[in-house]
This record gives sequence, structure tokens and C-alpha cells, in this order.
Amino acid sequence: MDKEAQRAPHDLGGVSKFMCEPVDIEPHGLTAFDREVDALSQMLRAKKLLTVDEMRRGIEAIPEAEYHRLSYYRRWVRSITDNLLRRGVITEAELLAALGSV
Amino acid sequence: MFADGETVRVKDEWPEALGPVHIRTPYYVRGVVGEVVRWLGDFPNPEDLAFARPAERRALYHVRFQKGLIWPEAKPDDELLIEIFAHWLERP
Repeated sequence: MDKEAQRAPHDLGGVSKFMCEPVDIEPHGLTAFDREVDALSQMLRAKKLLTVDEMRRGIEAIPEAEYHRLSYYRRWVRSITDNLLRRGVITEAELLAALGSV
Repeated sequence: MFADGETVRVKDEWPEALGPVHIRTPYYVRGVVGEVVRWLGDFPNPEDLAFARPAERRALYHVRFQKGLIWPEAKPDDELLIEIFAHWLERP
């Protein structure tokens, strides 16, 4: 089978559809949301509830279409959520209740 | 486990197809023959760390590939140097 067809979404080296796209090198300012996500990740790491390896796995596990649609820190928050559910730090019910109150 | 200068092949394995995994070996070098440049040290296997599982230390190598074996449009002496764990390498 074609190797490119078997790759995971984050494994982008040499993928033809990205080869002709200019690289976005504009500086991006941080939003309040971005800073909050960063603070959350640092706090979880300090409390040993999340490691950098788990964070990376969670980001790379986002389905391809969504991965490219989400901003950098939205990918982080998706990974944090996935890992906290996986470790049982939060439950699905608690997550839904919290999202419902936003 | 592998000596400097030894010819190796990256295993042509696709664990992604079997379920959730975390793989640090790029898709485009799987099944490709390269040369061990040097041993970089032993590190906990990130494939386990990614799931917060106990992780054995595994040897990590710098492996050099001729780019033309991977991408036909590469220039003849273009090379690619990648960090690959021992358990992804085999003797061809």
C-alpha cells in the first residue's frame, strides 16, 4: 500500500499536498485563552497529572480534518482533556457538566 | 546493539493500523535501508511514556539515509539524518 496513505495525521514529512504551500512565518500574539491553556498545562505538570509525552500523544491523536482546523492551543486543550479522562482525573459527566455551564 | 557504520533497515511495520499508538518513526523511512551514524544514548521508550506506562530504556541511533531512496525528486547526494530507536531497526 502507498506509504502516504498509511501515515498518521501529524507525520507530515514530504507529503505532497503540503509541499507547495508557503510556510506561515507571521508572529502570532497570545490570546487570553492561549495563556489560560498554557497555565493549565503547567499546573497539571507540576501536580504530576500530565507529562509532555502524554501531551504530545494527545495532540497527534486528533483526527486530521480537526487537527488542521484547530488553533495551536485548541489542540493543547483537546489533548489535556483526552489525557485527564484517560487517567480518570476527571469524568465524562464532570466534563459535560462543566461545558454546559460555560 | 548496532555499530557505527552498520547497514540497517527500518522495520516496515504499521502499528497505527491496529489501534491507538504513539510512534516516533516517520512513515517515509519504514522499510528503507540506511546507515547507523552513531549511538545517541538509551532513553525511556516514548511509545510507552505517551500512555503513562512504565517505559524500558531503549538505544537511540542517528541513522543516515540517501534521500533519493525515499523521494525520487531528491538530488543524488542529498542525505537525511533521523533519530531512530533500536527496536525499529533490523539487519537487512
